[in-house]
Amino acid sequence: MDTEPGPAPRATRLAAGQVIDGFRLDEHLHQGGMANLWAVTRVGGDDPLPLIMKVPRIKGGEDPTSIVGFEVEQMILPSLSGPHVPKFVAKGDFTGQPFIVMERLAGDSLRKRFDDAPLPADEVARLGARIATALHDLHRQHVVHLDVKPSNIMFRADGTAVLVDFGLSRHDFLPDLLDEEFELPMGTGPYMSPEQVQFIRNDPRSDLFALGVLLYHLLSGERPFGAPTSVRGLRQRLYQDPLPPLAWRPDCPPWLQELVLRCLEVQPDLRHQSAAQLAFDLQNPAQVVLTERATRRTRSGRVQTLRRWFKALGAEPAERGNAAHQAARSPILLAAVDVANADPGLLEEVRDTVQRLLHTEPGARLACLTVMKVNRIGMDELVDKDGGSLHVGLLVQLKHWARPLLQELEATRPEQAGRVTFHVLEAPDAAGAIVDYARKNQVDHVVMGARSSGGLRRYLGSVSAEVVAQSDCTVTVVRSIVQR
Amino acid sequence: MKLALVTDLHANREAVEAVLAHARSQGVQQHVFLGDYVGYGAEPGWVVDCVQAHVAGGAIAVMGNHDAAAVQGAQPTMVQDAREVVAWTHGQLDAAQLALLDQLPISVRDGDCLYVHANAYAPTGWGYVTSRLDAVRSMHATDARLTFCGHVHEPLLFHLSGTGKVGDFTPVPGVPIPLSAQRQWLVIPGSAGQPRDGNPAACYASFDTVSGELTYHRVPYDHEAASAKVRAAGLPERIAQRLIDGH
Repeated sequence: MDTEPGPAPRATRLAAGQVIDGFRLDEHLHQGGMANLWAVTRVGGDDPLPLIMKVPRIKGGEDPTSIVGFEVEQMILPSLSGPHVPKFVAKGDFTGQPFIVMERLAGDSLRKRFDDAPLPADEVARLGARIATALHDLHRQHVVHLDVKPSNIMFRADGTAVLVDFGLSRHDFLPDLLDEEFELPMGTGPYMSPEQVQFIRNDPRSDLFALGVLLYHLLSGERPFGAPTSVRGLRQRLYQDPLPPLAWRPDCPPWLQELVLRCLEVQPDLRHQSAAQLAFDLQNPAQVVLTERATRRTRSGRVQTLRRWFKALGAEPAERGNAAHQAARSPILLAAVDVANADPGLLEEVRDTVQRLLHTEPGARLACLTVMKVNRIGMDELVDKDGGSLHVGLLVQLKHWARPLLQELEATRPEQAGRVTFHVLEAPDAAGAIVDYARKNQVDHVVMGARSSGGLRRYLGSVSAEVVAQSDCTVTVVRSIVQR
Repeated sequence: MKLALVTDLHANREAVEAVLAHARSQGVQQHVFLGDYVGYGAEPGWVVDCVQAHVAGGAIAVMGNHDAAAVQGAQPTMVQDAREVVAWTHGQLDAAQLALLDQLPISVRDGDCLYVHANAYAPTGWGYVTSRLDAVRSMHATDARLTFCGHVHEPLLFHLSGTGKVGDFTPVPGVPIPLSAQRQWLVIPGSAGQPRDGNPAACYASFDTVSGELTYHRVPYDHEAASAKVRAAGLPERIAQRLIDGH
């Protein structure tokens, strides 16, 4: 019996001026391997956004890759929202002319920038942080992209990274139409993670591997694993580590090499556990904990590689839960502590609360922050009477406050202790600074003390109330017993 | 048009009331009942009347194996618990209610949708669709793009691509799944009146024929009351406990 439910896809030739389902084709923009892109306008409508229509290329007869990939994108894109994806507008299925209409993003994809590689290290880090931020947003929406590469990354005018092409993506809560379809690993050769090579399609950390490949290339001008086309070539990344970026350019900052090589770890457990944690490190270079990766100048020796090769032979990757779960399991906690002014009892309560959260979230990383108030206008007296820097003084106090936390972590979970960072922000408005910081670093949970009872504080209003009102994330406000 | 697909109601009034109320809140305009209105539960008469009232208003209802058994006697393939309830159920129903069950169609075809209790390949053989193999067999037996069936109490979704590749999926409640027009789908909403996946909440699904989106739902209901009624009716304790455990 015929298992093809709909009529065969029409292989019509499209032309400018033609109208499909109420959208007029204006200009043919691009012909890719899988699809054609047209600039379109809605007939008789006035959409606030410029629109683009994606039409799959059906290469004579049956072409499961482009058809199923298009089905997948039609299923996943409408479920996504936010600034890091193009806005979905309409779709047409294979019973007629298949298409997707979405927001048209101005400018070029990141592909163009690769002509200029190697790029300055700070630009690589900046791009990396933006892309990681976009990936975290996607992962929180239960989707793993699985085809992160330069041509699938665009930018809005304000620099926000936008991910496009969800033809290979996987949604935690929707059927994976690709899972059964193909007997070869799915992805783009140079960027595919080791677990993708082994047919695992639900680990968001696969996207961090691909991002690592991309950053490596931007940093060194070279691809870490070349551009293999055979499965055997793809499997090489399971045992052969890449030449460190320092071997290509001696000016590569050790912290950036540390981050890029960590993205390229074969075991997902050794990479950053969420895209937000990677974005955090890319934006806070001084806080990156350096390991042997940071100064490596050669690849592993032959014996080591052979050992890895042998291990990779029979290795089955561990199945993972799901994308959003992985992201949620690796939260970023922010302890906003007014070390200079708060009541000692309250400071202790805040620390106890943070400690309890760290106990329940072993994958969490902790950022400790205090705000140094500066005047809006004019020069501040940045040096205190004793001559020491006020800034350094606050940092010392902050670290002192966190000492009991660190001691316990070092005794029980040394890896987590390495992920504690310290920040002194200088700002006129403490609440605004905390909210901005939390947003920029994709903090999941802010812990801070409540307003103290001092008359001045009452007069100035409560920082914590403002943070609660303005933040996008969970905020815990701790009160000491005396204050109740 | 938004459809509610409700199956394996099994004489559970509390569950059916909760499901219908939930469906109303979702803006459902049409009901499709996929069989097994009676058996196991304590209120077969009420459930049959409820289905009849919906059918009179334009709803679709097909026959399940428990409905056939209530009229004709237990089938040899039925499990012990089910057999014990058949005679009791028969005694609870009046002639008009039995006649209604007897007249139900085995399957209904509506456009590209097929509604059938067990499967499309041998609907009165009452074979279960529990594996990809069974699902392929059923989807090969019909040219309907969408098959909706019950019989299996756990919610499940199967799909078959144009190239013959089959997949299965355990749905997540409340998440709309766009059913691509490019493949065949076999939808098992899961039992409303006797859930068996460890969650006592009633199952049903809604399908938007315009957007092509299918949503599985779980509706908590007073399963303790339903269970107490089963016990009070003198039916096997195992059946009463099942509603509490959702197994």
